Amino acid sequence: MPRRADLHTILVLGSGPIVIGQASEFDYSGTQAVKALKQEGYRVVLVNSNPATIMTDQDQADVTYIEPLTVEMLERIILAEKPDAVLPTVGGQTGLNLAVELAETGVLDRYGVELIGATVESVQLAEDRQRFKDTMTSIGLETPCSFLVSSLDQAEQALEAITFPMILRASFTLGGAGSGIARNRGEFLTMLREGLAASPVGTVLVEESVLGWKEFELEVIRDRVGNGIVVCSIENFDAMGVHTGDSITVAPAQTLTDRQYQKLRDQALQVLDAVGVVTGGSNVQFALDPDSDRVTVIEMNPRVSRSSALASKATGYPIAKIAALLAVGYTLPELPNEITGCSSACFEPSIDYTVVKVPRWSFEKFPGTPDSLGTSMQSVGEVMAMGRTFREALQKAMRSLELGFDGWESMASGRSLAQLKKDLANPNQNRLTDLHEAFRRGLMPEQLHRLTGIDPWFLDNLARLMEIEGRLRGFTLSELPDELLREAKREGFSDRRIARLLPWAPEPAHDFSPRQVLDRRTVLVHAARQASNLHPIFRRVDTCAAEFASETPYLFSTWETGPCESRPTDRSKIMVLGGGPNRIGQGIEFDTCCCHAVQAIRQAGLEAILVNCNPETVSTDYDLSDRLYFEPLRFEEVMHIVATEQPRGVIVTLGGQTPLNLARQLDQAGVPLLGTGVEAIDRAEDRDRCGELLGQLGIASPRHGSAHSLDQALVTAAHIGYPVMVRPSYVLGGRAMRVVYEPDELRLYFEEAVKVSGEHPVLIDQFLEDAVEFDVDAVCDGREVLIGGIMQHIEEAGIHSGDSFAVLPPYKCTAEQIDLMRRHTTRIARALKVIGLLNIQFALHEGTLHVLEINPRASRTVPFLEKATGQDLACIATRCMLGFSLAEQGVVEALPSGHTFVKGPVFPFRRFPRTDHLLGPEMKSTGEVMGIGRNFGEAFARAHLAAGQALPAAGTVFLSVNDRDKDELLPIARELSDLGYHLLATGGTARFLEGQGVPAAVVAKVGEGSPHIGQAIRDGEVQMVINTPLGKQSRYDESAIRREARALDIPCITTLSGGRAAVDGIKAMREGMAGVVSLQELRARG
Amino acid sequence: MEAYVALENGMVLPGQMFGAPLPAGGEVVFHTGMTGYQEILTDPSYAGQVVVFTASHIGNYGIHRQDHESARIHPAAVIVRDFCRRTFHRQSESGLDQVLRQAGVPALADVDTRALTVAIRDGGTCRGYIGTGDPQELVRKAQALPPIHEVDWVSRVTTPRVRAHTREPDGDAPYAVAVLDCGVKKSILDRLVDEGCRVTLFPAGTPAADILATLPEGVFLSNGPGDPARYPNLVSTVRELLDAEVPLFGICLGHQLLARALGAETIKLPFGHHGANHPVQRLATGRVEITSQNHNYAVPADSLPSHLAEVTHRSLNDDSVEGLEVIGQAAYSVQFHPEAAPGPSDSLYLFQRFVQDMETFRQNVSPYRKLKKHAASG
Repeated sequence: MPRRADLHTILVLGSGPIVIGQASEFDYSGTQAVKALKQEGYRVVLVNSNPATIMTDQDQADVTYIEPLTVEMLERIILAEKPDAVLPTVGGQTGLNLAVELAETGVLDRYGVELIGATVESVQLAEDRQRFKDTMTSIGLETPCSFLVSSLDQAEQALEAITFPMILRASFTLGGAGSGIARNRGEFLTMLREGLAASPVGTVLVEESVLGWKEFELEVIRDRVGNGIVVCSIENFDAMGVHTGDSITVAPAQTLTDRQYQKLRDQALQVLDAVGVVTGGSNVQFALDPDSDRVTVIEMNPRVSRSSALASKATGYPIAKIAALLAVGYTLPELPNEITGCSSACFEPSIDYTVVKVPRWSFEKFPGTPDSLGTSMQSVGEVMAMGRTFREALQKAMRSLELGFDGWESMASGRSLAQLKKDLANPNQNRLTDLHEAFRRGLMPEQLHRLTGIDPWFLDNLARLMEIEGRLRGFTLSELPDELLREAKREGFSDRRIARLLPWAPEPAHDFSPRQVLDRRTVLVHAARQASNLHPIFRRVDTCAAEFASETPYLFSTWETGPCESRPTDRSKIMVLGGGPNRIGQGIEFDTCCCHAVQAIRQAGLEAILVNCNPETVSTDYDLSDRLYFEPLRFEEVMHIVATEQPRGVIVTLGGQTPLNLARQLDQAGVPLLGTGVEAIDRAEDRDRCGELLGQLGIASPRHGSAHSLDQALVTAAHIGYPVMVRPSYVLGGRAMRVVYEPDELRLYFEEAVKVSGEHPVLIDQFLEDAVEFDVDAVCDGREVLIGGIMQHIEEAGIHSGDSFAVLPPYKCTAEQIDLMRRHTTRIARALKVIGLLNIQFALHEGTLHVLEINPRASRTVPFLEKATGQDLACIATRCMLGFSLAEQGVVEALPSGHTFVKGPVFPFRRFPRTDHLLGPEMKSTGEVMGIGRNFGEAFARAHLAAGQALPAAGTVFLSVNDRDKDELLPIARELSDLGYHLLATGGTARFLEGQGVPAAVVAKVGEGSPHIGQAIRDGEVQMVINTPLGKQSRYDESAIRREARALDIPCITTLSGGRAAVDGIKAMREGMAGVVSLQELRARG
Repeated sequence: MEAYVALENGMVLPGQMFGAPLPAGGEVVFHTGMTGYQEILTDPSYAGQVVVFTASHIGNYGIHRQDHESARIHPAAVIVRDFCRRTFHRQSESGLDQVLRQAGVPALADVDTRALTVAIRDGGTCRGYIGTGDPQELVRKAQALPPIHEVDWVSRVTTPRVRAHTREPDGDAPYAVAVLDCGVKKSILDRLVDEGCRVTLFPAGTPAADILATLPEGVFLSNGPGDPARYPNLVSTVRELLDAEVPLFGICLGHQLLARALGAETIKLPFGHHGANHPVQRLATGRVEITSQNHNYAVPADSLPSHLAEVTHRSLNDDSVEGLEVIGQAAYSVQFHPEAAPGPSDSLYLFQRFVQDMETFRQNVSPYRKLKKHAASG
C-alpha cells in the first residue's frame, strides 16, 4: 500500500537546543524526515527552538516555527496550522516527551491530531523502568535482576537473589547521591544504610551488576505489517559501566558468534513487538556476560537516536528517512535501497569495512568535575572513522579528534605503573592513550583485559599496532623496507606518525622549532612513500559489501591496491572542509554554514565535494553533496582527496577553526583556497598584527601585552591598568581565560595560565568593565560589504559571546553607534580584502567603540542571523568566493522585520554538578535557542522559555549582589516588587533594599543557620535568582545557590544586565505573549 | 608466507597464506555475512569452492564445536581481508588457523577482498587458484580446473550409508523423516529434531523405493553442492517421491531438484546469492523474511509448469524464485536456508509447517495405506 492519502499536513517536532546527549544528530534525522515527507507531497510544518539547525532553513519545511518546545506553544501552532498528524520520533527524547504531554493534556484529541511513528503507550513503556522490566520478563527476556528495598530486613531477599558485586541506587536523589557498587556484605550493608537515609522516599534499588559485561546495540526498523530488520550492530569497546554515548564503539559487532548475534537479533525484534513499536526505528541495548553467554536487555529507545544516526553513517542506510516514510503508511518492501538504486530497503546492510566512533569530552571546561566516565553521558561530540580494519579505523579516529594525535599514541606521562593501572581500571577520557602507554610499558593484552574489561580481541588488535610501531622504531627512513612502509600505511599509520616513530640522526644545531623539524621529517616520509608509489584509494559505502554496484558517492580512504571507487568527474568542483567533532565553541553552527555552502555551489552549477568526520551532522549525509569523503580533517588526508578530485577551489573559512588551521599548509602546498587569503586571516588572528591594522585605521581596541613570567605580567598589567583579561595563547573557546582585578589575583592565577599556555606567552588585555558587546557578521566580495546583522549582547563584556544572550536588532544603543559599527566593519573588511564572511566583536566602553576581535570566517552567529533576517549569508558568502560580486548577486541588506530576535544559550551544568555555574570569559554553553517577539521583553522571555528556564509569572525572587552592583540593582528590585514579586535577600542586600524603601525578606546564607537560601530554593520557595559574583570568600555559598537553582530549572541570572532584561521579559509576559509566527510569515510580512 | 590468488580471467591479488600451506583451487564465491564463518566453512554446500569473506575481520571468535554444520571443512580454500591470529572467545575450543591446517585447507589473508568481490560481481563466478610462486602459472592452474558442473560433488559429501541422526527428539510419537542427503547441514537436522522428528539420513544414490520402504512420514530434500542439472538420477528419485505423495520439503539444492522433478529448469546466476541479509517475500502474506542464502543456481519462474506448481517466495532484490509449492500436494521447497546457521531465523515456520503436514498425513488414512502399498510393491 502506498502512503496514506488521508493525511495532508504533518507536524514534525525538532529536538531543541544542542545539549549533551541530544545534539546535531537530531538535526540530521529531522532534516531527513522533513525532506522525505515533503517529497511525498505532504505539507510539512516544523517546530524547533534551535535556529542553528538545517531543518529550520526556510526552504526545508513548508512552514517553519522557531518557538519554545512547550505544549502551550505547540497547541498554538496546531491551532494555526491544523495538522492531521504529529511525527515526534525524529526529535529525540524531547520529541517523545512532548508527544506524551500533548496526548495527556488532551491537545491531540481536542484538535483531532493523530500521533504517527509512535504510540503514547510504547513511549511510556520504554521510559518506565519497572514496566519495561516486567514486559521483558513476560516475553521471556532477561533484564538485570533487581529489588526495591525499603528496610534492612528486605535486604536479605536481595542478598539471596543477587551475587556481588551489586549496584545500589537510592531513589529520587540527585547526581547519584547514595549510589554505588557493593562488592561484599559489609560494603552492602553500609551503603544500604546510607542510601536509605539519603533517599527522600526511603528506598534503595538493589540491582545485579552487569559491570564488565560486553555491551551491544542493535538498530532496528519495523513497519506496520510487522517486517523487521536490523540495520546495524554496534559493539562497545568499553565494557558495561560507561554510558554508550561516552563509549568508544565499533560497527559491526566483532566478537559475537553467529549464534550469539542471532540471539540478540531475535530478542531485539521481540523487544520492539513487546513495547508496541508499530513503525519506525528503535535502538535496543544489550549486555552479554562473556563467561556465561547470558544476555540481558538494558534499555530501548522507540525513536531514532544518536546511535541510529551513527548506524546510518556507518552503513549508508538512511534510518530516519525510512522511519518517516514508514510512519505515513509505507511498508519496508515498498521502499527502494537508494544507495544501490537496484535493491530493496527491506534488507540488512552488510559492510566490508570497520567503523570506529570515539567521543570527545570537555572536562577542562568544568573544573571540579572528575574525569571519570560512568552512567551519565558527558561527552560533547564525537568522530567516526572508517577503515578496512578496526586498526586502520581507530588510527583515523584518533587523528580526527583534533587533540593533536597523529594516530593511536601516547605521551610518556611519568605516572607510576600502579597509577597507570588504576587509571585503566577507572574509565576516563584518556583510555585509548592510557592503553597505548600500558602496551609501551610492557603490559599484556590479558592483563589489560582484566583491568579494563575490554574484550581481548580489541586489545590484540592494539597489540598488533604496537608491534608495527616497534618495527618502525628499528629503521631509519633510508633503511626502511618498502614492505614495512606499505604495511604501516595499511595499518593506518600517518606519515607524521611514522616520522615520529623512525629514528633520525640528531639535527644540526639551528633555529628550527621541534614542530618545524617534525614537519620536515613528515615531508621526507611522504616523499619516500611517493617514491614507492604508495597512495590510498577510496572505497564506497554501499550498504551491501559490493554485492551490488553503487552509484552513491559516499567514500572513505584505505590503503589497498584495488580499483579506486571515487570516480571523480571532469566537471568544475569546489571542495568544502567541514568542522570536525562537535565541542563547546565549535558545533552545529559551522556545519550549517558548510551545508549552505554546498547548496550554493551546486546551485551555481558546480560540483560540491564535502570532507568531514563528524557522524552527527547534516553535512555528512550522502544526499547533500556531489561526493562525500568521510575522512579526518588532516593535511595528509585532505591532500589525498585534493589529488584525486583536483578541485578548482577549496573552502576553509566555514567550518570553524578546524579547517582554518589547515589553511596555511594547504596554501603552501599549492592548493587553491577560495575566499579570504591566508595572509589576511593571519593578519586578523595575530594580535599584534591586528592591533597594527586597527591602529592604521584609527579604530580603538583594548590595550594589550603579553608576559612569560609573573614579574613581567605584573608590569604589563600595571601598564595596561586593572582590571585585565588574562588568558593563555593558542587556545580556543576562551579556555582558562580570566578577568583579574588586582595584582594579588594575578599572582594567584598566573601559574595556571602559564600551565595551559606552555611555551607560549600569557596574553594580558585591558578589560573593558561594564562595556556593552556587539557581534557583527558581514559578507564582503573583496570590495563591497553586506552587513548581515548587528547583535547586542545582553551580558557585559567579560562573558564569552557564545554564553551571552544576544539580541537583534540592538536594543540599547544609538543610531550613530550602529552606523559607526557599520563603517568600521566595512573599512576592516576592505583593508583585509575579505572575500566571504567576516565577524567582528565590538565593545562600547565609556562612549568609545573598541574592536575586540576580528574573525575573517563564518561565526557561531551566522545561522541565527540567517533565521532572523531570512538572508542566507553563508550562501551569499560562498557565491562571493566563487567570484560573484554582491552586486551581481543582487543582494542588499535585509530590512528590519519589525520583530526582535533573542539568542539564548543553553548550558550543560546539570551533567557537571560539582562545577560552578558562573559564567565568564570561557565558553561553557553547548547550544542555543531563539526567541522571537514583537519587542525585546517578549523575545527575551521566549528565549528563556525555550532554554528550559521560563521566567516566573509570579512568586519570589532571590537577590544577592556584590557591593559594586547594589546601586544598579535598586531599579530592578523596585520594579520586581512593584510587579508583585516577593523579594528575598541575604543580610547585606536586604538591608540595602529596605534602606531604599524596597521591602525584602532576609534569608540566611548557606552555612549560616537554617533555613538557608539553598534549602529555600530546594523547597520550591524561590522562582528566580539574581546573583552577581560576590568575590572569593563567598564562592562556595554562591555556587551552591546556582547549583540548586539549575537543578530545578529556576532561572539563575548572574549579571545585572541579565536582570534588567528579565524584568523586561516578565513585563512582556504579563502583557500577554503574542501568537506564534512562522519564518515564512515573517518574511512575507517583511 | 607471501602467496597469491589467481582468477581464470588473469586477475592476481597478493596475500599471506595461513591454514594449510598448500595450493588449491575451485569456483570462487563471495559471502557477505558478517558473522558465521565457522558455519560456512563446515557447510557441505561449499564443497570445492573458494570462499571469499567480504567482512573485514574473520576468525575473531574462534571455533566452537556446537556450531559445526558437518564434521569437515568443505571449501577448497578461504580468502579473507584480516584474520585473527589468536582466539579469545571464552567458549571457543580452537582457532580458525588450526582448524584449517588440520583440515588441509589453505587460506589467504591480507587480500583486497573487495577488489575480488567486485571482479566476481562484474565478471561472474569464475575459477580461482591460490598458491605461491609465479602468478601466471597460478592463472593457468585456475584455467585448468574442472568447471563445477562437471564434478559430482554430491557423491563426495553425502552420507556413505543409511544412518540415524545423532540427536533424538523429546516426546512421544516422533515423525519419521527421511533425509535425502546431498550434503545436509547439521542445523537442518537439529531443527527437524526440535520439531519432534526422528531423522534418518539416506545416501543421495538411494532409490526412492528404498526410502519409501522405511515408511517415512515425510521426506526432506537437502541442500548440497554443485549444479542441479548434473544430477538427473536425483531428479528421478524426487519425481518418484512426489508420486508417492509423501510430504516433501526441500531446501536449496533440494528445492532445485524438486523444481526439475516438476519439469522446470535451473539456470546459473551470474554470481549467486551468498549472505545472511537477503530479503525474501512470502507471497501469501506479503511479509518479508531476512534469509540466509547460499546458491549459484536458480529456478526461472517461467520454466515452472504453472498447472503443477506455484511460486510461494521471491527475492526482493532480483525477483528470483525463492520458494515453490506443488499444487494439491504437501510438497514444497525454498531456495534459501530457513534453518539459518549462519543468519536470521525469520523463516523457522517452514519446519513447523512440514511437521503439520506430516501430522495431516498421519491422520489421513488413505495416503498412508497408499504409501504402505507402494512400499510393499517396492
